[in-house]
Amino acid sequence: MHIDKDLVAASATPLVLGILADGESYGYAILKRVNELSGGRMQWTDGMLYPLLHRLERLGYVQATWGTSEAGRRRKHYAITRAGREALAERQAQWSVVADALKQVWQDVQMPPTVAEGWA
Amino acid sequence: MSDHEQLESQIDQWRGYVQRRRAISAGDVEEMEDHLREQVTDLTSTGLDDDEAFLVSVKRMGNLDEVSREFAREHSDRLWKQLVLVPERADGGTNPWRELGVVLALAIGAGIAVKAGIELIDDETAIMRNVGLLVLPFLAGYFAWKRKLTWQVAAALLIPFALLAVVLNVYPFEPMGSTEFLAASHAIVALWALVSVAYAGGRWRSDARRMDYVRFTGELAIYYVLLALGGGVLIGLTVGTLALVGVDFEPVLEAWILPFAVPGALIVAAWLVEAKQNVVENIAPVLTRVFTPLTIVMLLVFLGAFSTAGGLLDVDRELLILMDAVLVLVLSLLLYSISARDALAPPGLFDVLQVVLVIAALAVDAVALTAMLTRIAEFGFSANKVAALGLNLVLLVHLAWSAWLSVGFLRGARTFGPVERWQTRYLPAYAVWAVIVVVVFPPVFAFA
Repeated sequence: MHIDKDLVAASATPLVLGILADGESYGYAILKRVNELSGGRMQWTDGMLYPLLHRLERLGYVQATWGTSEAGRRRKHYAITRAGREALAERQAQWSVVADALKQVWQDVQMPPTVAEGWA
Repeated sequence: MSDHEQLESQIDQWRGYVQRRRAISAGDVEEMEDHLREQVTDLTSTGLDDDEAFLVSVKRMGNLDEVSREFAREHSDRLWKQLVLVPERADGGTNPWRELGVVLALAIGAGIAVKAGIELIDDETAIMRNVGLLVLPFLAGYFAWKRKLTWQVAAALLIPFALLAVVLNVYPFEPMGSTEFLAASHAIVALWALVSVAYAGGRWRSDARRMDYVRFTGELAIYYVLLALGGGVLIGLTVGTLALVGVDFEPVLEAWILPFAVPGALIVAAWLVEAKQNVVENIAPVLTRVFTPLTIVMLLVFLGAFSTAGGLLDVDRELLILMDAVLVLVLSLLLYSISARDALAPPGLFDVLQVVLVIAALAVDAVALTAMLTRIAEFGFSANKVAALGLNLVLLVHLAWSAWLSVGFLRGARTFGPVERWQTRYLPAYAVWAVIVVVVFPPVFAFA
C-alpha cells in the first residue's frame, strides 16, 4: 500500500522517537523496526531518515554518539533525551486526538474499504 | 571473492557520488554507507546476489538529489563553505598549529626586517629601493617551507636575489633621479617573479603552476586590501579613542605599528589564500565578470573623447603611464577570467566580450601611442619615457596575440588550450623587462 508523503512525514517524528524510547538505536535498525511495526506496509525512503535524525538532534530530542558496529565500522547511535520524551508525550496526545476524530468519521461515513484505501 | 570486490567498487563509486554533495558531510556519508552495507548484508542473506542487493539498497536509499536537498534544508550552513584555518585533525600527521606558528614568525620577521631597515638606513629613497628585498624573502621563505623546497632551488633563488640586492645598492643613483625610482619599482616585479619559483616549489616551467601563481596573486591582492581595510578601521578607532583621553597615538603608530603591520599582513594574506584554496570560490574571476563590460564602456568613452577633442592636447609621459595602467587593467581582466574558465567549454558571449575589450584597449593604446611617438621624436628620450614605452610594447604584444588567438577560438579554428597557454608562457617577458629596467637603465641613462 502506498502511504501519502505528508502522512509519512507527519508520523515519522513520533515513530522515531517512540522507537528510541525503547532504547538506543542506529539508522538502519530504526528503519527495520518501522518495517516490522507496520508489517512492511510503511516504506520510507531510507536516505530521508538521516536528515530527520539530525533535525531531532538539533532540537535536542535525541543525542548522537559515534560507536562501532559488530563489523568494526564507525556507526552513529542515537538515544532519546528527556526533552525527546516530553516531545513524544505531546505528540502522542496530539495523535490520539486526531485518531479519535478520524475513528468517529470513519464510523459515520461507512465508506467501502477499497475506496478508503484509495483515499489514503 | 571477486564478487565482493565488485560490490566494494560499486560502494566506492556510490560513496564518491554522495561525497560530491556539498550539503552531505563526511560523517553523514559514513553513516549512510553503514546503512547501505547493512541493507546489502540483510538482502544477500535472503538469497539475493551482491549485485541485486546493491541495486535494491541504493534504490531504497532514495533519489540522491532529494536526499541532499533534505540535508541542505537541515544544514543550510554547509552550503556556505566554512574556512577552517587550523584543521581539527591533521591528515599528514603534522601539527596543524605549526603552520600558524611559522606564518606568525615570518610575519614578525618581515616586520623586524622593515623596522631594522628604517632604523639603520637613514635615507628614505634607499628604503624605497630595498623594501622588496626586506619583505619578499619572508614570503618566499613561507613557500620554501610549505613546498619543502630543495637546496638546489633555494640556492637558485638566492643568487639572483643577491645580484638584485647588489645592483640596487651599489649603483650610484643620483638623488631623486628617475632611474632610481624606476629601478625600485621594477625590482619588486623581478622579486615577485622570484617568489613565483618558490610558490611553484621549483616547478616554475609548469603552465598549471604559473596559472596558480596568477590566481594566487589576484586573491592575495584582494585579501591584502581586505586586511588593510580592517586594520584601518582598528587604527582609526584606536587613534580616535586615545585622542579623547589626551594620548597622541600617532608616533607609536608610525614608528612601530605600521612597520610591522604592513609587511606582516602580506605574509598573513598569503597564508589565508593558501588555506582557503579549496574552500571559497575565487573572487578575482567574479570581479572580472562584473568589470569587463564596464571597462569596455570606459574604453569606448576614451575613444570617443580622443576623436572629438581633435587630438590629445597635453601629451607627455603621464599619458603613457595612464595607457600602461589601462593595458594592465585589461590584462588582469583577461588573465583572471581565463584562469577561471573551463578550457573545454564552447565559446560563449563572455568570450566575445573579452575580445571586444582587448580590441578596444588596443585601439585606445594605438591612438595614444601615435600621438606620443611624434612628441618623443621632438623632445628625445628620457628614462621614464622609454620605460613606459617598453612596458607598453610588452603589454601590447601580450594583448594583441591573445586577441588573435581568441578570435581563432571564437571562429572555431582552434581550441581554448593555446589561448590559455599563451598567457602563462608570456609571463616571463615581464620579469625580463623588469630586470632590464633595473640593471641596464641606470647606466644607460647615467643614473639620472
